[in-house]
Amino acid sequence: MVKKWRPGLSLLFLMLMLAGCGEPYLSTLRPAGEVAERQYQLLLLSTGIMVFVISVVVIIFIIVLIRFRRTKGKEDYIPEQVAGSHKLEIIWTTIPVILLLILAVPTLAATFELGDLEEMEKVDKDGNRESLVVNVRANLYWWEFEYPDLGIITSQDLVVPTDEKVFFNLKASDVKHSFWVPAAGGKIDTNTDNENSFYLVFDNDKANEAGNIFYGKCAELCGPSHAYMDFKVKALPRDEFDQWVKAMQEASEVKPVSEKAKRGEEIFREKNCLACHAVSPNDPRPENARTAPNLADFGNRTRVAGYLEFNEENIKEWIRYPEKFKPGNLMYEKADLTEEELDLLTEYLINLKVTE
Amino acid sequence: MSTVASKKGIGAFIWEYLTTVDHKKIAHLYLAAGGFFFLLGGLEAMFIRIQLMKPQNDFISEQLFNEVMTMHGTTMIFLAAMPLLFAYMNAVVPLQIGARDVAFPFMNALGFWLFFLGGIFLNLSWFLGGAPDAGWTSYASLSMRSEGHGIDFYLLGVQISGFGTLMSGINFLATIINMRAPGMSFMRMPMFTWTTFVASSLILLAFPPLTISVFLLMFDRLFGSKFFDVAMGGNTIIWEHFFWIFGHPEVYILILPAFGIFSEIVPTFSRKRLFGYSSMVFATILIGFLGFMVWAHHMFTTGLGNVANAIFAVATMAIAVPTGIKIFNWLFTMWGGNIKITVPMLWALGFIPSFVIGGVTGIMQAVAPLDYQLHDTYFIVAHFHYVIVGGVVFALFAAAHFYWPKMFGTQLSEKLGYWTFIFFFPGFHLTFFVQHFLGLMGMPRRVATFLPGQGLDAGNYISSIGAFLMFIGVVLLLINIVVTSVKNKKVANDPWGDGRTMEWALPSPPPYYNFKQTPLVRGLDTWWLEKMEGNKELPPAEPLKDIHMPNNSILPFIISSGLFIAAFGAMYSPLNVVGDGKPWGVPVLILGLGIMFGTMLLRSLLDDYGYYIPKEDLVDDEGKGGRAG
Repeated sequence: MVKKWRPGLSLLFLMLMLAGCGEPYLSTLRPAGEVAERQYQLLLLSTGIMVFVISVVVIIFIIVLIRFRRTKGKEDYIPEQVAGSHKLEIIWTTIPVILLLILAVPTLAATFELGDLEEMEKVDKDGNRESLVVNVRANLYWWEFEYPDLGIITSQDLVVPTDEKVFFNLKASDVKHSFWVPAAGGKIDTNTDNENSFYLVFDNDKANEAGNIFYGKCAELCGPSHAYMDFKVKALPRDEFDQWVKAMQEASEVKPVSEKAKRGEEIFREKNCLACHAVSPNDPRPENARTAPNLADFGNRTRVAGYLEFNEENIKEWIRYPEKFKPGNLMYEKADLTEEELDLLTEYLINLKVTE
Repeated sequence: MSTVASKKGIGAFIWEYLTTVDHKKIAHLYLAAGGFFFLLGGLEAMFIRIQLMKPQNDFISEQLFNEVMTMHGTTMIFLAAMPLLFAYMNAVVPLQIGARDVAFPFMNALGFWLFFLGGIFLNLSWFLGGAPDAGWTSYASLSMRSEGHGIDFYLLGVQISGFGTLMSGINFLATIINMRAPGMSFMRMPMFTWTTFVASSLILLAFPPLTISVFLLMFDRLFGSKFFDVAMGGNTIIWEHFFWIFGHPEVYILILPAFGIFSEIVPTFSRKRLFGYSSMVFATILIGFLGFMVWAHHMFTTGLGNVANAIFAVATMAIAVPTGIKIFNWLFTMWGGNIKITVPMLWALGFIPSFVIGGVTGIMQAVAPLDYQLHDTYFIVAHFHYVIVGGVVFALFAAAHFYWPKMFGTQLSEKLGYWTFIFFFPGFHLTFFVQHFLGLMGMPRRVATFLPGQGLDAGNYISSIGAFLMFIGVVLLLINIVVTSVKNKKVANDPWGDGRTMEWALPSPPPYYNFKQTPLVRGLDTWWLEKMEGNKELPPAEPLKDIHMPNNSILPFIISSGLFIAAFGAMYSPLNVVGDGKPWGVPVLILGLGIMFGTMLLRSLLDDYGYYIPKEDLVDDEGKGGRAG
């Protein structure tokens, strides 16, 4: 019977080997930064110990099955009724305890080291914070990223510098979500009650390997569109990141580039989109007034609605019928717009660019 | 099943089961109802796996997926796994300790009807505007926002069936403490009785937190209180604590009786006494105790802080030690034994490696920093299915084959049983093994669909194929049950030949009074001991005398129905947050509660002394299988 399923298992292993370890922009098995790397090391250590345990059990198991099966001629054999063995019991109590100690020490070390946020508060002599801090706000199916020290707000696409600790303060504005960039490190919940903090590091070489875009996910069930609550992380070298920050900070009112876009802007105002969507990266409104994604630099987004390919057609479809793509989203179910109005709006939005 | 009832026709048969207080018939009821909910939960699982078979599949909508996923979890935990375990506990535990029934037969029936009507109420949500959609954990911020009455069905259904579970737990505690036959000391109790005892203590301590948290959420949703409304000073993290203070022991409530079942099967078919009995008892108690110390490992990413995470990480790892002791004790029970691979033994053998895999991935999650990556991903889904399917469901299948003769007097087909295993076991590993890797490759759990191009397609496809194999396995088991029941070939007292505990000394099925004379217990593995000394029956501890029996009663059913009716009234009360209150809401609530309390009053005022079976009748039973041993 054991022989029956062992080939099945090895076949499975083979298939998984072929499938690789997942994609570099998504998989925890291809760690792209200090935090993920640390967690990956713990994964390897614990898997090693556990495979050892499984092997011991399976070896005894197989020996038992081979040696002690009831065979012909042994039908009436009554084995000795052994009550137990103190020696054996001590062995299989002590060895697991030792194995667990081997696992517990690095666990505790990593818990405190990865949870150490002292650097977050460090300031230079002018009282400016030394590290980058991003305030993450999770909302029903979209993400807001505020850089409080830089005066910038973006949505859906998080931009971070590589090779340094990026600190996050996270919370949710409606229901509980969870912020997860698997390749860069573990998740942390965004609660409605309090703010959580942690940090991630994005490795520059690994970022290049992943095309400078990492996938982010919502990891806590939050409603029908939970599966679509994706975001992207653009990891840029520090100098490019600084350029982006500068451009965002200096961005003034975007001037429509064409007649079409100008008419699109009028529709954007007429239809009251502006009441929720800001189009400038320095939105002065308080956060509870920011009820929809910030659209500054929308033209440079990696995706439409967080997960659809970025193209004109998808923007139009999304504006026309958001319920189809993200059921339960809080924009509206279906737009009351003519085909021409949709065209113009799309033209306006796709040209909202802070950087080239 | 009852020969008395079958002579009287179908109406009498139904009436008998509606009013029965006999633990053996209540076991049949638990088995039937739990089996029905198990099939429902299984169908829901198939819906999930079909939807996730390929990326961006549109087999079911996102909202429906969330409902199916929520109901799969809730049904399997509350309405299938626990009641099915109760079925075997009811059928076997009183026999194992030499009792004529449980301590409170009336309450036993009440517990069943509360569970059953609670489960029916929960499932009526499918027809009355949509099922709950916030996961079986029903985290407060999401469940407070959920539209429609789905969450209300969850809260009321779980509450009602939870009352039933709590009663059963108390009942087993009282039974095992008070009803043991002379000589049956605690350290002579069979392992299944021991694990039932510890699991019942866990029920006693773990269900009140659930009851309370469900009550608070119920009041928020039905009557507009603000316990979980952050804007009004409420707190949703409290729900997580409450839920897991219940939820983690709940896992042990399921797995300990499963361990008990395997601890009966392994010695029986190895023809050797359980290795390290006292360390098994000690490990069981320790697991039960530690089970209350580790709930926050479900909340490592909630942000409780480094110290809390560190403490709960180490406490969780500690549970591996007693669990490991059990695994090695089973292995060394078989070592040197004379192993016969029957269907129950086959499931026990399949259980050992499967459960070890599920157990060690649990330890991996205890590594708090690593859990930041694993939490809420398919790795977790894989882990708890390895534990609950590889542990509990395997035990349920094993027990179905093992105890079927004792419950129904006929034996399930071994041949079909092997075929069930041949489909279910590989199907199970195919479904869930690959899910570890899906999680590590970045797939969150509870997603209604996934996008192509993320390296997740192949794994999900394999997983769905495995689910179909499991489905075939379950269908074969059903066929087996039907075929066996139609053939209805009667078997003797000890059909496996190697029974060790007292239930195998009784006819299959035992007479309604179980033991004509209360047996005298002379040691562990009581029946084995007597058999080895050449005795054909258990020695009696008392002279043949009249037996006192409780009367059947319809009152448990009426009390439960009262609560069932009241639940509808509460749900449609004009205060509910959904805003579709009906004018009849409050009157129906009062009516239902009136029926319930009125019937309880009736029960208290009417004296029911039960009846006596005169000893002359017992002598008449001689030779008809009604012997004490």
